[in-house]
Amino acid sequence: MWDTIFPYLLSGVSVGGQYALIAIGYTMVYGILRLINFAHGDVFMVAGIIMVYLAASGLPLWLCIPLVLLITVAVGFLIERAAYKPLRSAPRMSVMISAIGVSYTLQNLVLYITGGLNKQYPTIPWISETMAIGAAKTKVVTVITPFLVIALVVALVLLINKTKIGMAMRAVSKDFETSQLMGIKINNVISATFIIGSFLAGVGSILFFTNYPTVIQTSGAMPGLKAFVAAVFGGIGSIPGAVIGAFIIGIMENIIKGLDVILFKLGIIAQPVGLATFSDAFTFALLIIILIVKPTGLFGEKVTDKV
Amino acid sequence: MKKLIALVLAVMMLVPAFAMAEDVIKIGVYEPASGSNGAGGKQETLGVQYANQETPTVKIGDTEYKVELVIADNGSENDKAPSAAQQIISAGASIALGSYGSGVSIAGSDYFKNANIPVIGLTCTNPQVTAGNTHYFRVCFLDPFQGTVLANYAFNTLGVKTAYCLGELGNDYDQGLIEYFKQSFEKLGGTVFKEDFPSKTQDFTSYLSNAVAYGAEVFFCPVSIEYSTLIIQTASAQGLEMPILGGDTLDSNKVAEAATGTNIKVIITTFYQEGANEKFDNGFKAWLNSDAEAMTNNGGNDMIAAVSVMGYDGYYMALEALKNAGSTDGAAVMAALPTTEIDGVSGHIKFDDTGDAIRTSAFVKTINNETGAWEFVAEQSVE
Amino acid sequence: MNQKKSKVPMIVTLFLIAAIYIAVFIAEQTLPSTSMLFTVLKKGAVYALVAVSMNLLNGFTGIFSLGQAGFMLVGAYVYGIFTIPVAQRAAVYQYFDGGIVQFTVPLVVAMILSGLAAAFFAFLIGLPVLRLKSDYLAIATLGFAEIIRAIFQWNGLGPVTNGSNMLRGFPNFNDFNITDGNGNVTVYLSTLIPFIIAGVCILLIVLLINSSYGRALKAIRDDEVAAEAMGINLAHHKRLAFCISSFFAGVGGAMLAMYQTTVQAKSFTSAMTYEILLIVVIGGIGSVTGSVFSSFLFVACSEWWLRFLDEKQLIGDFEVPLLRTGFRMVVFSVIIMIVVLFFRRGIMGDKELPDLLSRRAAKKGRAVK
Repeated sequence: MWDTIFPYLLSGVSVGGQYALIAIGYTMVYGILRLINFAHGDVFMVAGIIMVYLAASGLPLWLCIPLVLLITVAVGFLIERAAYKPLRSAPRMSVMISAIGVSYTLQNLVLYITGGLNKQYPTIPWISETMAIGAAKTKVVTVITPFLVIALVVALVLLINKTKIGMAMRAVSKDFETSQLMGIKINNVISATFIIGSFLAGVGSILFFTNYPTVIQTSGAMPGLKAFVAAVFGGIGSIPGAVIGAFIIGIMENIIKGLDVILFKLGIIAQPVGLATFSDAFTFALLIIILIVKPTGLFGEKVTDKV
Repeated sequence: MKKLIALVLAVMMLVPAFAMAEDVIKIGVYEPASGSNGAGGKQETLGVQYANQETPTVKIGDTEYKVELVIADNGSENDKAPSAAQQIISAGASIALGSYGSGVSIAGSDYFKNANIPVIGLTCTNPQVTAGNTHYFRVCFLDPFQGTVLANYAFNTLGVKTAYCLGELGNDYDQGLIEYFKQSFEKLGGTVFKEDFPSKTQDFTSYLSNAVAYGAEVFFCPVSIEYSTLIIQTASAQGLEMPILGGDTLDSNKVAEAATGTNIKVIITTFYQEGANEKFDNGFKAWLNSDAEAMTNNGGNDMIAAVSVMGYDGYYMALEALKNAGSTDGAAVMAALPTTEIDGVSGHIKFDDTGDAIRTSAFVKTINNETGAWEFVAEQSVE
Repeated sequence: MNQKKSKVPMIVTLFLIAAIYIAVFIAEQTLPSTSMLFTVLKKGAVYALVAVSMNLLNGFTGIFSLGQAGFMLVGAYVYGIFTIPVAQRAAVYQYFDGGIVQFTVPLVVAMILSGLAAAFFAFLIGLPVLRLKSDYLAIATLGFAEIIRAIFQWNGLGPVTNGSNMLRGFPNFNDFNITDGNGNVTVYLSTLIPFIIAGVCILLIVLLINSSYGRALKAIRDDEVAAEAMGINLAHHKRLAFCISSFFAGVGGAMLAMYQTTVQAKSFTSAMTYEILLIVVIGGIGSVTGSVFSSFLFVACSEWWLRFLDEKQLIGDFEVPLLRTGFRMVVFSVIIMIVVLFFRRGIMGDKELPDLLSRRAAKKGRAVK
């Protein structure tokens, strides 16, 4: 039985790690701006497309990777300045609509550039190589993803708890207006949040697309939504929560894809019944359950809405 | 506000004036140029475009007409099909060709029917495309045939008893072909496990694990080019040992590229094998090499896709029908099609009572993992 | 307030609407039926209804729901399942032995059933979800739409829904045309009927908005706490608005099915909801007229007027740069972002056609003085 389940756990942990990197961006932005940044998944996709074109232009890969991260960060920063900053005092619904608009724009822009066709992601040496873990074979990236994620999260938590900008972030997420009154340069803090979020999305995209190497304009939508669900599940605003939520969702999703086989092996069903159809829907079911049962998520703080 | 309305009205006045220049006949090309079948659709369109630049005019009655292609992108999505079909219809096409993908063909079908425009399906292999209507024809073989060929090949030649089938949810081509494969394979005494993945899936690792866990000996995935390249790449990373079996959609240089340098054995059935018609092969390659845009649309090299051949044959079929009809009127062309015959690159083409080309054989091909070229295995037919 | 308003703008509005219907009828009899104009009008009518139904929630009740595509899906499927002619079922449900539904109901009944089914789903979803606040509600409804899509695609329900395969063969807009014995069309109604269906539905929504219920909904939008303090039952009103909106989204889904002639669950994605949301935003959140107007504008631009942006254009020998597949959508996105950022009130703000006319009249009056 273990041999049957192990491959699903393996791919679940890997996908979960990639969701986690996107989820951190969601959770930080939500923590500070109370905004679901619908465009975040698309930033992740754009990072993938930038890599495709940079590699195609003949630049060596060791140069491409930092460039991709740099450009992705710039994209995230510009989106915030162009589409969210002007709406700072507008109702929350307007900002959310703007986020949806940005997502729509990014997707259409990529559709235009690529002509609507899948683009092959470049092969990055070492992490694309195949390795064996017990009986299962997988790419190196699958194995290093969780470790890389944990390392990045530790670094991020240190940044938030030990540095000045981190303190400012915590202050802003606690009380937007008061921290403004206390002299915190709110726009800088928000920009920093977007920069960190986009950077992690960029790293996530390198890992994700190395594993599943094609990029199309819609590639970011589903991972983005799932990462958001992970952020809510873990408790929005909590970085460790988002990471744990992402791993849980990644693993559950893959178990569901393999559930038919597991049931078959246990002799419960004789033919696949198509439960894999629900692999995406399950994530949303989980979201709704958590929202009803424990709206603050696993690790979220209780927030009281002020009238 | 007033200005806006005035502007809108002005535009409305301007646009509908579809001035029909004299002696031009329009042929609609109803193909995906984007979405999951975009790559295949572009290659199919290339076949039509090549035929069009080879024979840019047609003599109908005593008049020499210039043939103009109206290329509409159906985006590989059934909900975009109506707009694309309507684009061809409103441009005044006499006949349409397409599409790559059975779903979009069925989805656009009623629009052509209502406008009295006949359509020649190029590589839509699902029987439902032509069944129960008089305006849809097709030049390729059908899935019940293809499914049987594949099942026979897997069971008899490969000697496998258990097959794992994977299709995209809601894709009529995948679902149909898998169903016919399943029927034949089970009739032969084999076991079939079938699963579906939702559209836009990128992570196929678990499905490959499923196939292994079910104890399958062959992985049958007649999915679009985009998905099959992902499946092959993932299979290679996971060290999949069973061969991957596919239908005509996998016959693409992109798929061949994905399998190059791996240990994955890919076997498919298709309409044409490069080398069967030297004249066409050389002409087509020369054209691709002279036209940068065509080269890009073909995926960057001059390997000939079977779908391009079908596009080429479809175009000549349409010209022949126009000649036979002696008129540019859609209804007249429709009436002429059942008796139209040509000797195409892919063989002699003649329609049966449902409007399907009578085809008795399919080519079985495999990818050479070292050179990345498609190699001929056998020509299969069904008794 | 209302009583003091002049009746004139209202009457002018009614005349305008009647004139549009007559124009549609005449155009249909005279212009060739293959014209792109009719495609735009048909699809525009469908989108107008769906956009108005979304506006009822987002604009008039302040519930930010992103579940529209899910409810349209329910409506489209219910319509298809109950109207595919029995003779065709064996071909449509080819993998499920013709399916288990072996009867049809009249078209109007099927459309009402579509709406009711969507409303029923909305009721079920609303029980847990409507308690949530703004963005959580948005994401939860979006999630529900995805769940509905997966359920309808599941092969286990194949005998009813045809699994993930398409439904087709049901009556579509072209079947409204009146034909003579030889199958030649004598009176074209394929555009007028969708206009009438959408018109009746939108009229019902307008009546609701202007009733005491509608005022209660607006009160909730403006301030939930204050509305509750005034004795408005929040849960009840929100649920009602949610179900009614979904009812019309369901009817809109049935119309979309008629327009497309085929239905398939996989096309009802969140992208569809976003598109409708953007239509509402362009038209003006809180304006029925705006939603209707921008629906037609949006459809006309995307299907017709801006099509040329997707193809190479030559002016003399000069090839216009940038034009190729997808450019239309880029232009579209830019326009939408401009509206979202700089013209947040959209085309109409929260004004309706009569308001517009009366404001014009008032301005003129002032100018005369």
